[in-house]
Amino acid sequence: MSSNASVTLNHQFEDLQQQYEAANMGMWAFIAQEIMFFGGLFAGYTVYRFKYLGAFIEGSNYLPLELGALNTAVLIASSFTMAMAVRAAQQGAKNPLLRWILATMVLGTTFLVIKAFEYADKYHHGLLPGFSFDGSGQLKIFFSFYFAMTGMHALHMIIGLGLMVWLIPKIRRGTYTSEYFSPIENFGLYWHFVDIVWIFLFPLLYLIGRDPWLTM
Amino acid sequence: MSDYFPLFPEQASTFAAKVDGLFLLLVCLSVFFAVGVVFFIILFSVKYRRRSEDERPKPIEGSLPLELAWSIIPLILSLVVFSLGAGLAFRMYRAPANAIDIYAVGKQWMWKIQHSQGKREINELHVPVNQPVRLTLASEDVIHSFFIPAFRIKKDVVPGRYNTMWFEATEVGEYYLFCAEYCGTQHSGMIGRIVVMKQEEFQDWLSGGVAGGETMVEAGARQFQQLGCATCHKESDQGRGPNLVGLFGTPRQITTGETVLADENYLRTSILDPRSQIVGGYQPIMPTFQGQVSEETVMQIISYIQSLSDSE
Amino acid sequence: MSYLSASYGIKSWLLTLDHKRVGILYLVMTTVFFMVGGLFATLIRLELLTPQGDVFESDTYNKLFTMHGVAMIFFFLIPSVPAVLGNFLLPLQIGARDVAFPKLNLLSWYCFMVGGTLATVAIVMGGVDTGWTFYTPYSSTYSSYYVALALSGVFINGFSSILTGVNFLTTIHKMRAPGMTWFRLPLFIWAQYATSVIMILGTPVVAITLLLVALENLLGIGIFDPALGGDPILFQHMFWFYSHPAVYIMIVPGFGVISEVIACFSRKRIFGYTFVAFSSLAIALLGFLVWGHHMFTTGQSLYAGMVFSFISFLVGVPTAVKIFNWTATLYRGSISLETPMYYALGFIGLFLLGGLTGLFLSTIAVDIHLHDTYFVVAHFHFVMVGGMVMAYLSGIHFWWPKMTGRMYHEGWSKASALLIFFGFNLTFFPQFILGYLGMPRRYHVYPEEFQILNVMSTAGASILAAGYLILFAYLFLSLFTGRKASPNPWRAVGLEWEIASPPGPHNFDVIPIVTKEAYAYEEGDVTRVGSGTAAEGDPIPEEAERAEV
Repeated sequence: MSSNASVTLNHQFEDLQQQYEAANMGMWAFIAQEIMFFGGLFAGYTVYRFKYLGAFIEGSNYLPLELGALNTAVLIASSFTMAMAVRAAQQGAKNPLLRWILATMVLGTTFLVIKAFEYADKYHHGLLPGFSFDGSGQLKIFFSFYFAMTGMHALHMIIGLGLMVWLIPKIRRGTYTSEYFSPIENFGLYWHFVDIVWIFLFPLLYLIGRDPWLTM
Repeated sequence: MSDYFPLFPEQASTFAAKVDGLFLLLVCLSVFFAVGVVFFIILFSVKYRRRSEDERPKPIEGSLPLELAWSIIPLILSLVVFSLGAGLAFRMYRAPANAIDIYAVGKQWMWKIQHSQGKREINELHVPVNQPVRLTLASEDVIHSFFIPAFRIKKDVVPGRYNTMWFEATEVGEYYLFCAEYCGTQHSGMIGRIVVMKQEEFQDWLSGGVAGGETMVEAGARQFQQLGCATCHKESDQGRGPNLVGLFGTPRQITTGETVLADENYLRTSILDPRSQIVGGYQPIMPTFQGQVSEETVMQIISYIQSLSDSE
Repeated sequence: MSYLSASYGIKSWLLTLDHKRVGILYLVMTTVFFMVGGLFATLIRLELLTPQGDVFESDTYNKLFTMHGVAMIFFFLIPSVPAVLGNFLLPLQIGARDVAFPKLNLLSWYCFMVGGTLATVAIVMGGVDTGWTFYTPYSSTYSSYYVALALSGVFINGFSSILTGVNFLTTIHKMRAPGMTWFRLPLFIWAQYATSVIMILGTPVVAITLLLVALENLLGIGIFDPALGGDPILFQHMFWFYSHPAVYIMIVPGFGVISEVIACFSRKRIFGYTFVAFSSLAIALLGFLVWGHHMFTTGQSLYAGMVFSFISFLVGVPTAVKIFNWTATLYRGSISLETPMYYALGFIGLFLLGGLTGLFLSTIAVDIHLHDTYFVVAHFHFVMVGGMVMAYLSGIHFWWPKMTGRMYHEGWSKASALLIFFGFNLTFFPQFILGYLGMPRRYHVYPEEFQILNVMSTAGASILAAGYLILFAYLFLSLFTGRKASPNPWRAVGLEWEIASPPGPHNFDVIPIVTKEAYAYEEGDVTRVGSGTAAEGDPIPEEAERAEV
């Protein structure tokens, strides 16, 4: 199929514009519920931070600041590559689109690999609640939130990687053109959202209250 | 029994008549609106029943005055009922100063009561009539709820904290105590008795039983020594821990900067999870007694600490 | 050719992308769950005939009431009107060919099925006895791993709600036919819209809450168990933050059905259309702010309690507004008492009682006495069964000819409606009295003096059950022997009534252009397509193509 293959207009829509707007609105509605999902975790985190401030500060000090910062940089870079991918799609530039998506995948995978190292390290230090935990009850609550929040975030990233794997054959087939690129654009929204969640997680878990010169 | 079909439990506390009164007000309002709406539904359904297949009733858009009326009037009535309910709840909230203290621990599936004078009960609570009683409630396991229908009161018994409630019984007699928060297999078996006695009989009952039994304060003092609390908490400022004389009920500033009141919940947390709230100027070295002391022992120790603040 | 005959075979149903077929898939499965939940209810009422526990052991009884709640709430009430009637009617009523995301629609049915299966397996294999509210630490530290299994079922089912909400919201915004402005929408659509907002914003919060409880149950992570440093009241806050709006997910679509039915059988526009439309939105919004009224006795701050109590009273006002407007619609109407109208009028009375008793529970001082007693049980059954189920049945009977192309037997349907009405009242009204007398809920055994009211309640339940069984029977039979339905047997106004019964697979051959207000009954009989007989798939005649916009 040439890169100007006719775009599928699904039967329920009257025209491409309506289809595009509907897909876009659907993704925003989905993101609204994702905000509420993570919001529940953030609310719980806030309550316990007030209750057990000391333990939360202690917990933050156990988290590797350099790895967290590196991961933050990696994710922000991946949002940049994603934005470039959307731009390439808008221009109908198939090869750049493919490259930017692959770059995003590489960065996303890097993030997850670093995270895996962090998690393994916690396990070895007896800081993984439910499996091997050595510490006060309050510290355990901090780490429960740490794993729940970063774990949920990582799960969303894995899903994002899976979606990109699914997009790649379609990109190679030339499915996305300057007239039809809303799946790329909407996926971009999802990816940026996952990035923003991390932007909140990193300071809350790694940064605030920690002693910058202390290494645990 | 007679063939009297009760709709209300007995009114046996100072709250009961007030709660019943508010309930009846709500019933009257509800009946008024329900009967009103149903009346109009039946009236209109009959009067305007379809008489021919090709009837075309004239459309009526609506009526702003009517919409405002039936929004504002229910709103005003709601606010009235709300205020009455909130006001009564406010008065039910804080025990009067002359209330006597009794302590209750709920566990699957029984109630354990301790009186200050030392007398203990299982699934029964003896109280004097016409005397405010403040109950401090603790749970050893899951959430329970202490419910006395005849007094119209209830409070959840939540593990990890104390909840308090108070009442003043007005009628001598025996009343049901129910657990009102699902707590497992024998939830419906956690039924107890509240026994309201005349004041002199209550005093007799209290002092009866094992001679030389210790009061809660005495038991608390004994535990305070046996558990080693006195090692760090001396009756001077020289100890590694704060001096507890005169401490109960005062504000304390903890290391996060917050100021908290040294009430029963504060003391309980200090015994079971001391590191979560250390007062400024002290090291976080107090060990936790979680798992080593029962909720009843904690209550005894707190009674003792409270007694260190009572001016004799 | 109708959507039913367009293709045959199991695959054509299990892989369907037609919103109408998805609606029917939901209809079948929610009915199954209703029967399962109803069976548990029957067993509960059987046990409660006597004060002793002579039918079941305590553990079994506790599992019965838990699963009754879980099955009814998560797998019947929450999907019912939105997933069954909403899926079927939403595109039809707005003049669209399908929902915005047909594949997501099918996926949401599969989420419902997987979730329901997991929860069912949890029952069959070991049972869950925490109550549908899963309060911690009982459900986490003190319960077996079956709780985590049941919770994962509820979690996955939550996606069904979320995806339905996303779908409906987008469809209503983006796919209305030309000329179908917001204020020409049927009130059923306004109700679905408000419900979708709640589904999208509320469900994820309970999802994460239940996930955390499951983790605590499996791994002991300590978030809600005080022995591990956690706060059991935090669970209640997070749980009720969703579960209160959830009750509005359950009832608001029912309000939408009632508006449609009352308008049709009074042959009149709903009085105060704009107020009724906005009241759904007001209920959705305020409904997020009242969750603490489930927690007045927990020891939460009295001032917080007062705020929750106050807002709970406020949320009653838009609800009352609807009831008054429906009643006013009857004034100078042309009332015809067919079965859907029986249910609709019954709804108004019973829901009114249920809603008013909610005000009793919003009054803090009274709630202290009534919380966790049978008064609460009676209240929510009045609004959910006397309200929601009757609204659902009203809608099922109203749109049955459209969905199936058949009419049901009017005599049996009216008889069963009366049985259900009477049985329902006898079952649940005594429970108000039981509650004030002090009988707590979730009690397997109870003091003797409560027996007579319990016997009345069980007697009512048997009549209610008979009514439901008759209903299933005649509706099922109608599929085979019912009289074929015309496109518009009720002479109702609405786009769905202008196409064949049952509709063709693509709904409209030509997207209609809307020029009239909703419920334009004053313009007389609006049947345009194949008047009288149900010639399936009649093309819409040219005269119906309105030139003006």
